Amino acid sequence: METVKLTIDNKTIEVPKGTTIHKAARELGIEIPVLCYMRLDDLNIENKPAGCRICVVEVEGRRNLAPSCATSCEEGMVVRTHTTRVLNARRTVMEFILSDHPKDCLVCAKSGNCDLQSLAQYLGIREIPGEEIAEMSTYRKDTSPSIIRDLDKCILCRRCEMMCNTVQTVGALSAVNRGFMATVAPAFEQNLEHSTCTYCGQCVAVCPTGALTEVDHTAEVLRALADPAKTVIVQTAPAVRAALGELFGMKPGTLVTGKMVTALRALGFDYVFDTDFAADLTIMEEGTELLDRLQRHLSGDKSARLPIMTSCCPGWVNFFEEYFPDLNDIPSTAKSPAQMFGSIAKTYFADKIKVDRKDLVVVSIMPCLAKKYECQREEFSVNGNRDVDFSISTRELAAFIKQANIDLNNLEDGEFDAPLGESTGAGVIFGATGGVIEAACRTAYELHTGKKLERIDFTELRGLQGVRSATIDFDGLPLKIGIAHGLGNARKLLDEIKSGKSQYHAIEVMACPGGCIGGGGQPPHHGNSEIIKARAAAIYEEDRNKPLRKSHENPFIIKLYDEFLGKPNSEKAHHLLHTRYFDKKKKIVVKH
Amino acid sequence: MSSIKIELRQEDINKIKEICTSFGNDPRELINVLHKCQEHFGYLPAEVQEVISDELEVPVAKIYGVVTFYSFFTMTPRGKHPISICMGTACYVRGAETVLEEFRKELGLQVGQTTEDGKFSLSSLRCVGACGLAPVVMIGDKTYGRVAPDDVRNILKEYE
Repeated sequence: METVKLTIDNKTIEVPKGTTIHKAARELGIEIPVLCYMRLDDLNIENKPAGCRICVVEVEGRRNLAPSCATSCEEGMVVRTHTTRVLNARRTVMEFILSDHPKDCLVCAKSGNCDLQSLAQYLGIREIPGEEIAEMSTYRKDTSPSIIRDLDKCILCRRCEMMCNTVQTVGALSAVNRGFMATVAPAFEQNLEHSTCTYCGQCVAVCPTGALTEVDHTAEVLRALADPAKTVIVQTAPAVRAALGELFGMKPGTLVTGKMVTALRALGFDYVFDTDFAADLTIMEEGTELLDRLQRHLSGDKSARLPIMTSCCPGWVNFFEEYFPDLNDIPSTAKSPAQMFGSIAKTYFADKIKVDRKDLVVVSIMPCLAKKYECQREEFSVNGNRDVDFSISTRELAAFIKQANIDLNNLEDGEFDAPLGESTGAGVIFGATGGVIEAACRTAYELHTGKKLERIDFTELRGLQGVRSATIDFDGLPLKIGIAHGLGNARKLLDEIKSGKSQYHAIEVMACPGGCIGGGGQPPHHGNSEIIKARAAAIYEEDRNKPLRKSHENPFIIKLYDEFLGKPNSEKAHHLLHTRYFDKKKKIVVKH
Repeated sequence: MSSIKIELRQEDINKIKEICTSFGNDPRELINVLHKCQEHFGYLPAEVQEVISDELEVPVAKIYGVVTFYSFFTMTPRGKHPISICMGTACYVRGAETVLEEFRKELGLQVGQTTEDGKFSLSSLRCVGACGLAPVVMIGDKTYGRVAPDDVRNILKEYE
């Protein structure tokens, strides 16, 4: 490999040709501030428009300052990163950016977690010259079921555009107009709701300011909790417990399962349950469907199409309904765990505690923003009463806990309530890419072969590579598994299926890079992929420490089938736990 | 989730497809495709962009981004007699702005708008390469040089 030698702040370093000044400086321990630039190592995600000019440095022999994020190191280069000229330039750039930015930090959803705010503090900006005469570009606020766009706060870093187009290949957002009118918007500047947006929330996850935020449902949840006529149930997704602690100053990857349960109880929820329980239920339904389709397919039944694809992820469901509606019969018909939970809570459990479903409020805590849209889908309600009433994100929960003056760090560990709080290790790994299919393999293997699995950890299904494949030996039957995380990677597998080239029997898709742990409702990762990796490690740690690690061994799942559902894929199970998909692709209407 | 309903005649769709095919349905030819489509339709309504999006497999948001970036492209129908006032440096310093202002007043239009009867549309552009004649106004293919605000009414009379 060709290398170049240069000096940065009088330190010499040798780096591979093509390395940026920013990266080389970081290797020397020199931190150059960035704003628009973002890079997620191991996930192949990089945003490098060199648009904000915060990261400029002085390069000897060059007249102009160079953006270090986009300037390659050259042989013999002499770089200075924090000279007075550089500091002045950064300050001026920041003043310009702030001159067209609202000053409503007091009520901004991003306050305290805002890259722009931190940078303004770091650069010591105390006033904005010309503030009283500066014109502000204003834009109408757009609220969709999941995401709020408040483009007055947009600094045109274009991270959202990169996520939406390059990573997710959704193409809902693009930079539009020019000059003072320039902004990032859906086609024809229509509302997000009328665009191809899947609500994956990755735009929100990378937005450095409050321009893109979630629709906050905490107030509705608070109202329900205060209403003595309502019984309020909460369910928590697996990925939440691996990230919530970050918002309370804990190290990324700290598991806070028990503390979270105690906090939820203190907030006043009547029952604290676990989406992991419903994840086990999903495995029973989806695993049975997989084996059934597989057996029918192998015996020559042409109506049994393979591969079967997972259907837990609402962003992914929105994606294929929009882009691949002709493949609507490929994904499993199983509802997502969160929706299965709602369905069981408002039937089986409501009967058990003798509460009418109208007086039962189901709240889900999710790492996800698409869940907000999912629970509002018409097919997931009965006579206008939703199965899951409100979905709030990890971030909203953290804010709620703080509001209630609950000190998460010093809470005792609590236990989930029975019966919908009991789960196996298979349920918890749903939070990381590869986890759903691993959980399915653990159960499907034992149900198919009748033998006990010797090795529970299917490590070949784990990792962060965008598209992965593995062959699992089902006692002589080689089961070909595909895994994709990030919708752009999922698209590759769908294109293969469409062209008849897919070799897989089963495919798992999660819309967000890293899986739910990297979801749009999680604490901001500020472009540090180590955080996502630490969360994954925490998920697998919780799995390892569970006494039961296969969904079909969950005694409460067995009981649920005995008492209520009959057997997996029974008529009742189909009615309550399965769904159908819709063709949401826009049609060209021809006028004659 | 998309709710835009496209209402184009089949022959319009065929024309767009034909233009896209002539550029090999190559997404890198987007700007050329947009040029040809605007030449044909006179403007680039949302419906046309949607069809191009399907043909070139470019997200329609991106196409809209390109259309709104280049001032040459327009999403409003141009008038029968499109008026362009050059605002390039030479024309500008010789009073193009006052000429533009006069057209605005006479027609009751803002830049980018078209009269209700579809007769005139008003736009500004940057340099037509006739700086010696500054300030320059173009109406359709016809060029008018050394235009003063007082000339505007007479120029418009030619098109009555």
